[in-house]
Amino acid sequence: MSSALLAENIVVKFGGLTAVNSVTFDIPKGKIVSLIGPNGAGKTTFFNVLTGLYKPTSGTVVFDGVDITARPPHKIAASGLARTFQNIRLFGLMTAEENVMVAMHSHLKSGIISTILRTPGQRREEHESRETARELLNFVGIGKWAGEYARNLSYGDQRRLEVARALALKPKVLLLDEPTAGMNPQESRTFIEFVYKVRDEQNVSILLIEHDMSVVMSVSERITVLDQGEKIAEGSPADIKSNQRVIEAYLGKSKGEKA
Amino acid sequence: MSILKRSKSATKAGAHATSQRKWAIGFLIAAVLIWVFYTYVMVHLPDGIQTVVQNWFPPTSLNEALVWVICALGLNIVVGYAGLLDLGFVAFWAIGGYSAGWFMSAFFTQVNFRVFTTAAKALPGIHISFWGVIFIGGLICAFFGIIIGAPTLRLKSDYLALVTLGFGEIIPQVFTNGSNIGGFNLTNGTQGISPVDNIGVPGKSLGPFDFSWKFFIFVFLTAFMVFISLRLRTGRLGRAWLAIREDELAASMMGVPLMRTKLSAYAVGAFSGGIGGVAFATHVNGVFADRFNFSISIILLAMVVLGGMGNVWGVMVGALLIAWINSTGLPAFGDLVNNTFHTTINFPSYNFLLFGGVLVLMMLFKREGLIPESRLKAILHESDDTSTNVGGSH
Ligand SMILES: Nc1ncnc2c1ncn2[C@@H]1O[C@H](COP(=O)(O)OP(=O)(O)OP(=O)(O)O)[C@@H](O)[C@H]1O
Ligand SMILES: [Mg+2]
Repeated sequence: MSSALLAENIVVKFGGLTAVNSVTFDIPKGKIVSLIGPNGAGKTTFFNVLTGLYKPTSGTVVFDGVDITARPPHKIAASGLARTFQNIRLFGLMTAEENVMVAMHSHLKSGIISTILRTPGQRREEHESRETARELLNFVGIGKWAGEYARNLSYGDQRRLEVARALALKPKVLLLDEPTAGMNPQESRTFIEFVYKVRDEQNVSILLIEHDMSVVMSVSERITVLDQGEKIAEGSPADIKSNQRVIEAYLGKSKGEKA
Repeated sequence: MSILKRSKSATKAGAHATSQRKWAIGFLIAAVLIWVFYTYVMVHLPDGIQTVVQNWFPPTSLNEALVWVICALGLNIVVGYAGLLDLGFVAFWAIGGYSAGWFMSAFFTQVNFRVFTTAAKALPGIHISFWGVIFIGGLICAFFGIIIGAPTLRLKSDYLALVTLGFGEIIPQVFTNGSNIGGFNLTNGTQGISPVDNIGVPGKSLGPFDFSWKFFIFVFLTAFMVFISLRLRTGRLGRAWLAIREDELAASMMGVPLMRTKLSAYAVGAFSGGIGGVAFATHVNGVFADRFNFSISIILLAMVVLGGMGNVWGVMVGALLIAWINSTGLPAFGDLVNNTFHTTINFPSYNFLLFGGVLVLMMLFKREGLIPESRLKAILHESDDTSTNVGGSH
């Protein structure tokens, strides 16, 4: 089984705090895997290392066979590693369609001159990227809001738009940071269906950070548990459910929203 | 279903395009009417009215106002589109001005270089056609924009503002003191470079006093800048600029190269500063270092903010208004008051008090500007219930 992405011995320190401590982790091709753990376990920090936002104190990230640890974030994104944000970060005053088109930036070519002159090539490119954006919006089910400002969309639709925008990067790997946060159980269930659809139709491997255990257990083919920056367990949903260390980690924190 | 979807957003884009067209047509009609008025109507008016018009709306101040518009449109790309604060835009105006001084005057007596020029054969110096110098000046400015942008755009925006401020101070100083750079007279120091060549158009050569024909040329340059602004805004680059303005981190996570994209905003903005500078040099028939002070950067910023950041038409209206108040409105109003009440208040010296006051009031009551970009109108005048769904904390 080959990995789409492999992170080895990742350490991230913020001053005296070790947010991620020597974590090795891979995303197998074509799978949906999850990263769980109590609040502050280091999940988002780990995401930020994978996407190049933070440079790890030590460790390497290999994506598609290439070491991307030192690459700038926009290049990592352009090479097909896309993400959504735990706190939605859309371009609020741009339309849904424009949001998606921004993410196509690295795949498009038009420069200053061709845009000013509106050369046939530039017009074709704009037309095609607009079509693609519409298709993606339809795919995530918010096609009718193409012309609406992102900030005016409902919470669930904003989450969907984040996925559409990430998909516009034509990703090989998609990282979703708590995509169902703030959704009700009904919406969460729909979202699971949606994640399968994304994996199968868009041909991507997916890494999910998720607090909602019902979502995690039903969607993941493998679960990795972080606690205080350390990887404490990894395995199938059944393994994780019965893992003593995991249960302790969650009970020890006793946060109402989990377990 | 899909037809429905399409037509909905199509109407939105369509309405936008129609509104842009309306403004563009309005601008051109206004320009023609103004020109007809000054060229044909004015001379037939009674002397009294002519004096009033000369006092309150002199044709020269109109041309100067258009130069301000051109520069403000450039700054709008940097500030309004890409959301970068620039407090030193005067530097580009100055560099544009000196491009005119260098490439269309008899200043460099040691050479004799001529390209499509209207200048007399006997004159030494570099004489390139105005139309060429417009581009050369613009390109030199774009180059400088990249040079100073490259190291500074990495900085957080507060520091960027400080560095641009410094740049805006340094460049005019270089021009003021550039009469002896290792024995070479680059700028002629405080005396400046004057006169500059006429503007050549088919069948004519427009000197310093051809206000009414030059008006058309300045209108054309303004329209050119509007055109560039609008075209870029709707394309790939414009979307990236806006994305950076909205959320820089998210933009980079979506594959937008921050440095390159910011630099391109800087370069295009600087380019138009250069065009404005060249135009201004032909307007005042020379280039003089002491004119390029910090206040120009601030006034330009005030124009962009007052008019409506990001909306070219708003910026144009803001620029015309402030330029007029600054050059004519305030002095004329002062004269009126002083003559009526027999006072001797120096009104123009209070212009910064006025602009400062206006800016503060705008920030308090109308932050989106007089004629806001439709997007900003959306955010600043929405009821609070929609703003809650912008998602999580943090
Ligand atoms: N930029 C930063 N600077 C300093 N400390 C940070 C930074 N980012 C995260 N941390 C700290 O690192 C630790 C891990 O945070 P992280 O956001 O990765 O946790 P998480 O697992 O995503 O938690 P949650 O479930 O709440 O999202 C926390 O203690 C956090 O305070
Ligand atoms: Mg997190």
